[in-house]
Amino acid sequence: MDEIEKKLLSEVADLHGVPEGAYNIRENGKSVGRASTENIQIVTKTEEGKSGIDIIIKPGTKNESVHIPVILSKTGLKETVYNDFYIGEGADVVIIAGCGIHNCGVQTSEHSGVHTFYVGKNAKIRYVEKHYGEGDGNGENVMNPTTVIHIEDGGSMEMETTQIKGIDSTARVTRATMGAGASLVIKEKIYTHGKQLAKTDFSVDVNGEDSSVNLISRSVAAENSHQEFVANINGNTRCHGHSECDALIMDHGTVTALPALTANSIDAELVHEAAIGKIAGEQLVKLMTLGLTEKQAEEQIIKGFLS
Amino acid sequence: MLELQNICFSAMTEENTEKEILNDVSLKFDKGFSVITGPNGGGKSTLAKVIAGIYRPTSGKILLDGEDITDLSITERAQKGISFAFQQPVRFKGITVKDIISIAAGKTLSVSQVCTYLAEVGLCARDYINREINASLSGGELKRIEIATVLARSTKLSLFDEPEAGIDLWSFNSLIKVFEKMRETIRGNIIIISHQERILNIADRIVVLSAGKVDREGTKEEILPSIVGTSACKTLQAHMN
Repeated sequence: MDEIEKKLLSEVADLHGVPEGAYNIRENGKSVGRASTENIQIVTKTEEGKSGIDIIIKPGTKNESVHIPVILSKTGLKETVYNDFYIGEGADVVIIAGCGIHNCGVQTSEHSGVHTFYVGKNAKIRYVEKHYGEGDGNGENVMNPTTVIHIEDGGSMEMETTQIKGIDSTARVTRATMGAGASLVIKEKIYTHGKQLAKTDFSVDVNGEDSSVNLISRSVAAENSHQEFVANINGNTRCHGHSECDALIMDHGTVTALPALTANSIDAELVHEAAIGKIAGEQLVKLMTLGLTEKQAEEQIIKGFLS
Repeated sequence: MLELQNICFSAMTEENTEKEILNDVSLKFDKGFSVITGPNGGGKSTLAKVIAGIYRPTSGKILLDGEDITDLSITERAQKGISFAFQQPVRFKGITVKDIISIAAGKTLSVSQVCTYLAEVGLCARDYINREINASLSGGELKRIEIATVLARSTKLSLFDEPEAGIDLWSFNSLIKVFEKMRETIRGNIIIISHQERILNIADRIVVLSAGKVDREGTKEEILPSIVGTSACKTLQAHMN
């Protein structure tokens, strides 16, 4: 692994070498390192035409983690990867994914990851993914992550998804279904700049009684970038649903927020909030009275907002 | 020393006419504890914002230790040693109490250093250090954090715009103690804008600003008896009403 690849790995997975526990590192379309543990098996998909892995976590597995970073450093590489996660009953694990692209060529590099989670009864997972791009060429970095989530009764999932830099175009699709007493929290953070485009599309079917979903998106659209946020929560039974989109716009950035709620049951309780606006002048003034320049004040506000 | 020379400030009203808010204000603030009072609309908050650099005077000069700072920005004045506690503390999503106090101090502070500043304003640090400065904090809590940022800066000039505004009785009582303590340990120049009798009572010097002009100024003994019971000097009871 060269320096560029090491840097990508540290950006997307905070890894400085081989991680502990189960892992699979995919580099330029191939697996370059893998380890399974007694409780967590990682196996290559054998289906024709489908590249990717299955991650099978035994019921009751506790305090273990899985790292599955993907890095692309060759310009013009386009790939679609299918990763399926089977989280056994009562397991409690952390899964860290992430994709970094370094593109110094002129062709478009594109990674589409389709991650499907089968969260078993009473299982609990925390899923963290980071998307990062860099490169000094004119080639575009494109990432289209799709996340499909099925949570069985009593299961819970917390997903943190972050895109801070360098992705020119992204369409982020998340679909989820939920069983009784299940819980899903998704926290999204996106910063776009230049002429970047980011679309987020959440749709959750809350089917199980007393289940709850909370979608929280914080985003900053700077320069000439554009973002779209779509969230559909379908409350099909007695349940709680909440979505929140909070966007800061700067320069010529533009944002569209379309939060939608559908209550198909008299006992569904659904709330949405969406706010878009520039940085409040008084926030800048306050930080300037503490000795920061306007630019430093702006950076602090954005850093806090996306923290 | 802060010196204001013939400060005038006008602003456009909604009807698009020019309104004079400060009219030829000349004042000197030396080391000590000064309180600026006067009726509402008299120009007190405007004067504080002119000193902090948030508003530029239409005419007149501002000198800090003899240096003309009239044309300096908010940032430059802050760096030269002016601190300003807002009447309405600003809220921030994602910025924590520890962050803002570190920004104020100009360096990354340890947890125990942040705790020291919070303790000075009567907040139990452990409960607050990682809280965001957002609507989850009460008016009194925000106000005390605002004051803690000024303490953390520890500059030669500290300016407080109506520290009593928008807080409850319990918070007000503990706030008074903060100022009383600051009064005892005073090193720099403290200017407070306030109508509150208990704050006026700990002043070395009182300035009464009315209709954009300096109406009277002098020691507490000279000024206080003449303003007790007026809108320039409210008792706690009146403040709470």
